[in-house]
Amino acid sequence: MPNVLVFAECRGGSLRRVALEAVTAARALANGGEVHAMLVGPPGTAALASELAKYGAALVLTGEHAGFERYSPEGFAALAAARIKAGGYGAAVFSASAQGKDLAPRVAAKLALPIVTDATSARWDGDALVAEKPGYTGKVIATIALTATPALVSVRPGSFVPSEAPAAGRVEAVQPADDPATARVRVTETIVGDTAKLDLGEAPVIVAGGRGLKDAKNFALLEELASAFGNAAVGATRAVTDDGWRPHSDQIGQTGRLVSPDLYVAVGISGAIQHLAGMRTSRTIVAINRDKDAPIFKVADYGVVGDALEIVPALTKAVREAKAGG
Amino acid sequence: MKIAVCIKRAPEMDVRFKIAASGVAVDETGLKFDMSDFDGYAAEVAIQIKEKLGAGEVVVISLGPDTVQETLRKALSMGADHAVQLKADAVPADPWAIAEALAPELRAGSYDLVLFGRMSLDAANQSVAPMVAELLGLPCVTAASRLDVTGGSVKARREIEGGAELLECPLPAVVSIDEGIARPRYPSLKGIMAAKKKPLETKPAALGAVRMTRRAMSLPQERAAGRIIGEGPAAVGELVSLLRTEAKVL
Repeated sequence: MPNVLVFAECRGGSLRRVALEAVTAARALANGGEVHAMLVGPPGTAALASELAKYGAALVLTGEHAGFERYSPEGFAALAAARIKAGGYGAAVFSASAQGKDLAPRVAAKLALPIVTDATSARWDGDALVAEKPGYTGKVIATIALTATPALVSVRPGSFVPSEAPAAGRVEAVQPADDPATARVRVTETIVGDTAKLDLGEAPVIVAGGRGLKDAKNFALLEELASAFGNAAVGATRAVTDDGWRPHSDQIGQTGRLVSPDLYVAVGISGAIQHLAGMRTSRTIVAINRDKDAPIFKVADYGVVGDALEIVPALTKAVREAKAGG
Repeated sequence: MKIAVCIKRAPEMDVRFKIAASGVAVDETGLKFDMSDFDGYAAEVAIQIKEKLGAGEVVVISLGPDTVQETLRKALSMGADHAVQLKADAVPADPWAIAEALAPELRAGSYDLVLFGRMSLDAANQSVAPMVAELLGLPCVTAASRLDVTGGSVKARREIEGGAELLECPLPAVVSIDEGIARPRYPSLKGIMAAKKKPLETKPAALGAVRMTRRAMSLPQERAAGRIIGEGPAAVGELVSLLRTEAKVL
């Protein structure tokens, strides 16, 4: 098979998990060909090449530039497009992360190529790349065939489990043709939220709250439950973010974040169809709600009926004890 | 300020979809259609910019069969000035083909700002805006959750995992709009009456070559029915035990 290029996203001097997922997806498509990983960032980023090699990159293309301290939509896209154009690749893989959702279609546009975004699977069928992707707010899965070469695809976070497969990981530096400072679109500031906080897309456990919590301040109970789990993030329904109880970025659902953690604890969430669209692929769902007829109980593996304000503190305590007991 | 907003007509999502007999499309029987959510935000943003400046023009553009005229009228009733239907039997599956159909109309209009929704809710590609920008040679910001258009430039914010990015680019520009920026207004009776007199042009669309096809549509697997294990704090003990021994997530 021809080689496959993968864009490996990094932030703050580390590879993101989605990068390793994308490399794993690229390896399956390369199927005997080589995986070439593109790593773009400020000077020092090339140090991450060895980790990409561990996951199967035969070649790591490092695009270091002082102007890449922050994401450069045009700069990153130009580098990736130039390499794809020159490199004779059968496919190019991106992450459908916030950055990848911006970057991948720009690259496709520069190359006048079609792209499947947010794919949950990708394989070859003869010369066509066939990918599945959710649409209609996750309620319908489309199977899409791309008949252009190279085939461009971005993969949905959490859809591929990173696995190691050591490869040579030769390093080759690539240079942007244009100074990133001359780009028309510039990221002037990157605002980092609470860095101790796990991102909803990456947390193995999500504790989410809805209107049933009655008051913004009761989210403190969820923060405590999340901290008892130790590997949890706190999310919210749209009703709650619309009311300003929680930031908009915490919204899980049809038009917010789409998540599939190992464990999803829905607290005071009735289970509106728009919310379910964002979390129904979670591995295990727990629902705590006062109304035993709430739709959330239809998708929950385990339900507890009652007042969340009484149940959550008890659960926090029990989880702490379970964790302490090993 | 001359602003174009590209809108798509899409089914309302609060239903259980069925797959059409063809196997490659959703069965549209009984579905209600409206402006796709993010496109509604984009239309609202455009109208608010015009209102704030007290001058300018908002043109709404939609690609598709004659049914999109209803969606365009809605945008006119919200406050857009002029509508253009780029007529095609269907919206192609390939976002590049869509971008190629939109680009000539947008180029001819010499807009200061071209707005899109971040993505359509049905196809969910999130690709057309940057593709159009490339075809027009314009800078592009995607998924803006805040937008400030002043003095020939665009300042925007976009949400990223665990934070946000602030961006700037010069006008003219293409921007796609995320949720949280502005709630689309409901058309007033006055707006609906006024919309009937506003111009709605229909032009044939020149679709690009399609290199991306839908082979199948299917419904995701249903979750197995769960169970209610008890009531109140007393049920917590069993819940934690099940999470450990059965679900193995603790």
